[in-house]
Amino acid sequence: MTAAPQRIFVRKMMEAPRPRPLGTGRVALLAHRLFGTPLNGLLTILGVAVLVLLVWPTFRFLFVDAVWDGASRVDCLPETVKRPVGACWPFIQARFGQFIYGFYPQPQRWRVDIVFAAGALLLLPLLIPRFPFKIFNAFLFFIAYPAAAYVLLVGGRFGLEYVETRAWGGLLITMVISYTGIIASLPLGMLLALGRRSNMPIVRTLSIAFIEFWRGVPLITVLFFATYMLPLFLPPGWNVDALLRVLIGVTLFSAAYLAEVIRGGLQAIPRGQFEGAAALGLGYWKTMGLIVLPQALKHVIPGLVNSFIALFKDTSLVLTVSIFDLLGQVRSSFADPNWATPSTLFTGFAFAGIIYFAVSFLMSRYALAMERRLNTDVR
Amino acid sequence: MAVDSKTRRSMPAVAASGGIRTTRNAAAVEISGLNKWYGQFHVLRDINLTVQRGERIVICGPSGGGKSTLLRCMNRLEDWQEGRVVVDGITITNDIKTIDEIRRDIGMVFQHFNLFPHLTVMQNCTLAPVWVRRMPKKDAEEIAMHYLARVRIPEQARKYPAQLSGGQQQRVAIARALCMNPKIMLFDEPTSALDPEMVKEVLDTMVDLAEDGMTMAVVSHEMGFARQMASRMVLMDAGQIVEINEPAEFFEHPQHDRTKLFLSQILH
Repeated sequence: MTAAPQRIFVRKMMEAPRPRPLGTGRVALLAHRLFGTPLNGLLTILGVAVLVLLVWPTFRFLFVDAVWDGASRVDCLPETVKRPVGACWPFIQARFGQFIYGFYPQPQRWRVDIVFAAGALLLLPLLIPRFPFKIFNAFLFFIAYPAAAYVLLVGGRFGLEYVETRAWGGLLITMVISYTGIIASLPLGMLLALGRRSNMPIVRTLSIAFIEFWRGVPLITVLFFATYMLPLFLPPGWNVDALLRVLIGVTLFSAAYLAEVIRGGLQAIPRGQFEGAAALGLGYWKTMGLIVLPQALKHVIPGLVNSFIALFKDTSLVLTVSIFDLLGQVRSSFADPNWATPSTLFTGFAFAGIIYFAVSFLMSRYALAMERRLNTDVR
Repeated sequence: MAVDSKTRRSMPAVAASGGIRTTRNAAAVEISGLNKWYGQFHVLRDINLTVQRGERIVICGPSGGGKSTLLRCMNRLEDWQEGRVVVDGITITNDIKTIDEIRRDIGMVFQHFNLFPHLTVMQNCTLAPVWVRRMPKKDAEEIAMHYLARVRIPEQARKYPAQLSGGQQQRVAIARALCMNPKIMLFDEPTSALDPEMVKEVLDTMVDLAEDGMTMAVVSHEMGFARQMASRMVLMDAGQIVEINEPAEFFEHPQHDRTKLFLSQILH
């Protein structure tokens, strides 16, 4: 062998893999990213400082300075406790029933409990991929459950006392509107998205008109219209329940947004997929239902969840048409002189905030897990 | 043109007598007077071509010559303005039902595979038999396994397309088409998107199929395959059929100057 560069080379032995050298692993990389340069170090310290400044007071308010027992406002006053007072949890305790059920009659509240429990019982196995009987489960949750819940909540049948929807409130209303809005607007949104890309001019025009109309109007306007103006247009004697009108309004509103989200997904499907399906003899609906929509929906999971979370939180706008959802109930309870303390307001909002956050965060995390699970396109 | 008349003479005069065609003696594909325009651009010009049962036609020619477009007219992935395409005795019309019916009996393999990425290999193969032919799932899976074994990848049935190599994906695509028990197989540049090392495994599968007597129309530049397997060669340029010939003649004594030029370009 000479030291001069070789013109011809033939490997005698294949190189065996070696372990990665030390100091290039995760910890080293992290350390480099956090403190690699003076600026990075400064930003890291600033970030931690902001975190501490935000987290610690919140923690103090919710736990350390909080009052946990009490019977009235007196127990939550700084003068009585002789220290700074954080959250006044007895207030939530005292009003808990109202926050959850609204004005649903006390002796009938077991019906709401059953609806909540049944919903959770049906939803959980549906969300866990390993659970069997998915189709039957889905039928129960999306078709049978709403029908049964309707009968149980409204009553007037099977010896159940009639409870008018005006008495409903709190978390019950929030959940009813979110559930209905989400499960009714998704299929409608899919149809609208397909309609907007249809070859048939009438279908396309109608879909575009529908989508643009509902996206162009604020939700509050929709709710006002559904609640106060629609009855004026309906023939006398026609009386559609106020909550039902709101449900329809929210569903149509949300469907328009979902349609655009789904359309984005449809556009990402390469033409080869349509051709592959067509070459096998699949018709329009089978192509869409089996090939295109499953892939399109998977692409737009982040956008869909975004819309669902927005819808869930937007339910609080029904307060503007005198329907008292969770946030509405919390706000109306501030007027109670029995619990008028400096921290009542913050406690109530903290409680509502925690519930909204918990549900939204769960939706978001579940969607993320689903995205990973469905990600079969990449090796 | 001399070659034109030669072209026409070399085409079998099957079913030219008209009258009622029965499925039994009809050609696999019969194209007559086919003309197609993209806007003002005349992509297919007066195409007349008959593919007999059991015949293997290989269509070659420069890109943009209309090869793929012609192939895609055979299962109506492309429409046309003039002319007639008769597949297995059924004239293709604009009626969706007729089109879907014809597509069921024509398998197609694409340059870019067009497998369904959200379905496993097995699901890719059983989808159409179950949903189009209404076959029980168990039977469809049995058939799928049979064809996956034939293209020599039965062990990949549970994987997703993205987990396979290009050559394996293309073989899945062939198996998927075969699961519908097609009477004709169309191949649209099936090896053009593959790494060089994977071309052979796909061509071997196609040779296998050809030896079984499958009727095939293949757009390809794999001249080795064409020489070995083709019943007839077709050269297309500028939207027209320039020459149709037996492979031996086509390669050794091409008649048209365009064919000579084309062959000199690709066979170095």
